[in-house]
Amino acid sequence: MSSNSFSYNEQSGGGEATELGQEATSTISPSGAFGLFSSDLKKNEDLKQMLESNKDSAKLDAMKRIVGMIAKGKNASELFPAVVKNVASKNIEIKKLVYVYLVRYAEEQQDLALLSISTFQRALKDPNQLIRASALRVLSSIRVPIIVPIMMLAIKEASADLSPYVRKNAAHAIQKLYSLDPEQKEMLIEVIEKLLKDKSTLVAGSVVMAFEEVCPDRIDLIHKNYRKLCNLLVDVEEWGQVVIIHMLTRYARTQFVSPWKEGDELEDNEKNFYESDDDQKEKTDKRKKPYTMDPDHRLLIRNTKPLLQSRNAAVVMAVAQLYWHISPKSEAGIISKSLVRLLRSNREVQYIVLQNIATMSIQRKGMFEPYLKSFYVRSTDPTMIKTLKLEILTNLANEANISTLLREFQTYVKSQDKQFAAATIQTIGRCATNIVEVTDTCLNGLVCLLSNRDEIVVAESVVVIKKLLQMQPVQHGEIIKHMAKLLDSITVPVARASILWLIGENCERVPKIAPDVLRKMAKSFTSEDDLVKLQILNLGAKLYLTNSKQTKLLTQYILNLGKYDQNYDIRDRTRFIRQLIVPNEKSGALSKYAKKIFLAQKPAPLLESPFKDRDHFQLGTLSHTLNIKATGYLELSNWPEVAPDPSVRNVEVIELAKEWTPAGKAKQENSAKKFYSESEEEEDSSDSSSDSESESGSESGEQGESGEEGDSNEDSSEDSSSEQDSESGRESGLENKRTAKRNSKAKGKSDSEDGEKENEKSKTSDSSNAESSSIEDSSSDSESESESESESESRKVTQVSTPVFVPTKTHVLLHRMSGKGLAAHYFFPRQPCIFGDKMVSIQITLNNTTDQKIENIHIGEKKLPIGLKMHVFNPIDSLEPEGSITVSMGIDFCDSTQTASFQLCTKDDCFSVNIQPPVGELLLPVAMSEKDFKKEQGMLTGMNETSAVIIAAPQNFTPSVIFQKVVNIANVGAVPSGQDNINRFAAKTVHSGSLMLVTVELKEGSTAQLIINTEKTVIGSVLLRELKPVLSQG
Amino acid sequence: MKMIHSLFLINCSGDIFLEKHWKSVVSQSVCDYFFEAQEKAADVENVPPVISTPHHYLISIYRDKLFFVSVIQTEVPPLFVIEFLHRVADTFQDYFGECSEAAIKDNVVIVYELLEEMLDNGFPLATESNILKELIKPPTILRSVVNSITGSSNVGDTLPTGQLSNIPWRRAGVKYTNNEAYFDVVEEIDAIIDKSGSTVFAEIQGVIDACIKLSGMPDLSLSFMNPRLLDDVSFHPCIRFKRWESERILSFIPPDGNFRLISYRVSSQNLVAIPVYVKHSISFKENSSCGRFDITIGPKQNMGKTIEGITVTVHMPKVVLNMNLTTTQGSYTFDPVTKVLTWDVGKITPQKLPSLKGLVNLQSGAPKPEENPSLNIQFKIQQLAISGLKVNRLDMYGEKYKPFKGVKYVTKAGKFQVRT
Repeated sequence: MSSNSFSYNEQSGGGEATELGQEATSTISPSGAFGLFSSDLKKNEDLKQMLESNKDSAKLDAMKRIVGMIAKGKNASELFPAVVKNVASKNIEIKKLVYVYLVRYAEEQQDLALLSISTFQRALKDPNQLIRASALRVLSSIRVPIIVPIMMLAIKEASADLSPYVRKNAAHAIQKLYSLDPEQKEMLIEVIEKLLKDKSTLVAGSVVMAFEEVCPDRIDLIHKNYRKLCNLLVDVEEWGQVVIIHMLTRYARTQFVSPWKEGDELEDNEKNFYESDDDQKEKTDKRKKPYTMDPDHRLLIRNTKPLLQSRNAAVVMAVAQLYWHISPKSEAGIISKSLVRLLRSNREVQYIVLQNIATMSIQRKGMFEPYLKSFYVRSTDPTMIKTLKLEILTNLANEANISTLLREFQTYVKSQDKQFAAATIQTIGRCATNIVEVTDTCLNGLVCLLSNRDEIVVAESVVVIKKLLQMQPVQHGEIIKHMAKLLDSITVPVARASILWLIGENCERVPKIAPDVLRKMAKSFTSEDDLVKLQILNLGAKLYLTNSKQTKLLTQYILNLGKYDQNYDIRDRTRFIRQLIVPNEKSGALSKYAKKIFLAQKPAPLLESPFKDRDHFQLGTLSHTLNIKATGYLELSNWPEVAPDPSVRNVEVIELAKEWTPAGKAKQENSAKKFYSESEEEEDSSDSSSDSESESGSESGEQGESGEEGDSNEDSSEDSSSEQDSESGRESGLENKRTAKRNSKAKGKSDSEDGEKENEKSKTSDSSNAESSSIEDSSSDSESESESESESESRKVTQVSTPVFVPTKTHVLLHRMSGKGLAAHYFFPRQPCIFGDKMVSIQITLNNTTDQKIENIHIGEKKLPIGLKMHVFNPIDSLEPEGSITVSMGIDFCDSTQTASFQLCTKDDCFSVNIQPPVGELLLPVAMSEKDFKKEQGMLTGMNETSAVIIAAPQNFTPSVIFQKVVNIANVGAVPSGQDNINRFAAKTVHSGSLMLVTVELKEGSTAQLIINTEKTVIGSVLLRELKPVLSQG
Repeated sequence: MKMIHSLFLINCSGDIFLEKHWKSVVSQSVCDYFFEAQEKAADVENVPPVISTPHHYLISIYRDKLFFVSVIQTEVPPLFVIEFLHRVADTFQDYFGECSEAAIKDNVVIVYELLEEMLDNGFPLATESNILKELIKPPTILRSVVNSITGSSNVGDTLPTGQLSNIPWRRAGVKYTNNEAYFDVVEEIDAIIDKSGSTVFAEIQGVIDACIKLSGMPDLSLSFMNPRLLDDVSFHPCIRFKRWESERILSFIPPDGNFRLISYRVSSQNLVAIPVYVKHSISFKENSSCGRFDITIGPKQNMGKTIEGITVTVHMPKVVLNMNLTTTQGSYTFDPVTKVLTWDVGKITPQKLPSLKGLVNLQSGAPKPEENPSLNIQFKIQQLAISGLKVNRLDMYGEKYKPFKGVKYVTKAGKFQVRT
């Protein structure tokens, strides 16, 4: 072994595999492990050196070899210090491999792992979304409990990230943190709640996954998102679809009443509990009221249907189980075709699907009967597939098709696969008991099989015949005689035992043969299997009771043999029988009844499907496959008797909907409508219904289907632009106009990297769509039209107004002590900058505190972050002692709170100074009507919205106090408000002109809701953070 | 649902040659339960895909002589895992040209990088081949040479555009000098023919595989002359379901490269044409150590096309020792270990029907086989879709260039079995 591992030492890369195989098979021999370890030491030295070299190629090589070691399950943990140093490598491939390593070993080397954390924290702020996302992935995969708070923070931040991809990763991280520290549950639920509101299809699957993992019982979190999830479902990626469908199935079973008619239930005995006397009255009550399906229930069933066409078997199965568990029984039929289609797939898929079909086919034969022949067995199928198919064929057998089936079974019985042939015989037995018409045919067929050359076949036939005869009180003396003869040839214990039992049971019908059989058995008793011995004892006892004249001695002989048998069960049984049947002085009252005991009428065994009891598991689950409750299985609840309040699913119609101009709304409605694949039929109704609905949101629940639809459409119309992109690919025609319009607008407003990228993309997909649509010509016209319209519109609402308040607070730019007597202060005059309209104007006051003239004050070297621009003031020739002068300058901060660093120079010295703008100063107030405000706010929801709850004393919540506080912090304009309890403020960012909408809504008690809507979510959330403490303090 | 915890790759001789953990490490010894089940099952095909162990559940697939064994800790839809594992195997196939132990070992770093991207915390993250290829470039000799000189890497550093878009299956910025779109309509006949030559069961299953090399963002629509033939269809996610429902037109923005556009089943009302017949006479004499074997293949309902690529595979009973046959066409082999007879026939020429006949040597003393073996038949008919399905036209929107378009039809035997 040691030489082995030595040679392995010299090799590298793939050559090591053969040795590894040996290691894997020889289960941990200590010497082998030692040999490996010592050689590793040597090998690892050069890996360490490679990792420490300055060449990326050497590092990469080393990392590749290390990953190779990990892949083979070898220990590479001692390289940890050397590897972790490379975590900040510029080379992305090295970095990724280091991540792989970290995730694998961080748990073992927690202290060292902490060294890498700061790198990830930095990467979490990277402008590249892939880097942010992968940093979060690794950070959350390092299972080190100390960093739980850091993870929590990172998740919270990532869940508000602009990029849906990062948010998706945040959803994944939730589960990882939860498994690391379940105490974070409450906080994590908050994040889940937030992410559930996310409208990106990318996030939906992952967050539902997190929901299922962390808080599957918090069904209340789903209510508001239910319709959205149903509508998004088609566009979610396939894995997410599976998770969402399973969750919604559970949801539906708790929220809706049963769509299954009473008649159905009686038919398949599925819900016996209804039948109890107590419920009787209720049941009749229910019957009087005709069942109407909740529109939300219908929505789910309808929206999942197209997914039956998915190429992913898991999705098809998920939809199938949803239909099985929640749709009306008359509609569940459509799933059979799709399930049968899956049978063309690989054997693993076949196996699972057949299992589920087996369970279904017990309860509802009709569903799969048309596909009977699809379950015919091929000689090339694996045995497990064959037996499952056989199971289904048995379930589907009825009077009409049994003759065809029996013919088919005949072929199977002859199969070379004997296990399968045996299963077929069992099947014939079951058919014989289930279908009275063919019992005799089957029995005859089975008897023919008794002369089969294969013992397994004969044995199985015997067992089955035994069961059949037991069920049939009719005389079958001939068959029994035939079987008695078999005892000479057959050796399989079960079969021998079965024959003996049968003869014993019918010993009075075959009075001549039975004692003879006993005689033969007495001769071979000692060499029989235990199972057979027990039956010999049984047979002896029965004969002793019915025909003691002929068999008394024989029985006693057998009892004596049994008394000294090696097996205690047999000794036990012997003693028991002797006491019971052989009369002696000690025998009690029981022996009088011995005959009744032994020859009692025995209930016939039920030949049942092994899938009979599986239906209490949700179909398609692991628990169903294994027929045991798997860890983490979530029980499917029974339908509630009375449906819980359906209005909980109503999405709050944002009040502003009320005040939209009818024209504007109609436009929104029209364009939103087509986004969802199924909404066409509601086209007419949704316009009218949404009118009335927006008047009062609470009513919509009762409005029936059209109302619901309108509701969800409205919901969708508030989607962010990225959301709309995801829809546009699916549809063509009308909505192109809208998407294009949206894009043009969005493009004007957002300059951030992500936003831009998205626009590009939607543009390309749009244009292709537009051309594919049938109304090609007209669409391009109207596109440009709507574009110009929207532009003028946006211009109108973003007119800059004069600042309502200019705080006098000044900030220190240069302290006189550090400035050698030159002091500088700056403040924000909140005026549009005269040097450029993207700049923030700043006034700097310079003071000379020395007793000498300061000459040539000017701005020297500038160190500005990329993108920032600065307009400097003209140099000041001289400043008298005690003199002061105010100059203005402009800085374009690119809508960020990045620091502008520059040097303030005099004739003799240079001082480095910084200006970091408070976020509120990056804004310019905008005058806007309440109507416009609401409209714009409606377009900036979802990820563009951040909010917080504020608690403060009531006296702080008067409009004037709030007004004063808000304008003190931020340069915003007040929007006249119709309601006393809502204060609105509007502004736009200086650089990009994106709207920044602030709403402070007073709630009952001493709380208020602070909402900020903006495309610039980063500064939006910073502003939120700054406003929150100010508003809540006294 | 915690999904996939760990993955082990095991070769035919039971060596674990790769392991990957997405959460805490699970010891290799968990695979012992798998080996136990494997031992119990007579052959690899019969290893149960789902195995329960005291602390874990093992869900496995068998692909290309490899077992992919995944370790699961909690309830999860088993098909979810199975489907994912197959997707992993598909990806390996796609990247390395084959999904074999050697290929995986040679590319272990790429395999690891792929697995890392495909699964996060046990939940699938990126499974679309177009996305993965942007993240991790497939290995080519040229690239590895270039990389070693320039020091550039195989790993992309920006988020693939597909991840965020509504068409995740297509990568952006595709450019070709020759723009081509090819479609292969491949139909397979599944059939069971009984002893007397009558059809017990027959069905046509088809797929349309596409190879699309088109620049930019083409939007294609494919229509059929007789779409009603398609009874049950499953779609690639790129297909607009709505359009199919209303107009029976396949409208889609295709992924780049090779992919399966749809698979379908032809409605069962249509009678299935069976293109070949087999005359057979196989008999084993009682109490003698030999038997006779005689089969002849001929064309039937072949729509005037040549039937080619015919292969007959027979799993002979265990008592058969050897076979002494003569054939009028092609060549045959008999493997005395697995007892599989393979007859490679080739084309059928109606003038002279191919036949294979001769003697079968049986183990002496053993009882004669109960049943005659079934014949599994493979064949191929070029330029014919046996259901009669015909593509009407392919239109492209969204791009200016004129693509080269082509449709090819093939009919093959699927699971085509003749009972004797």
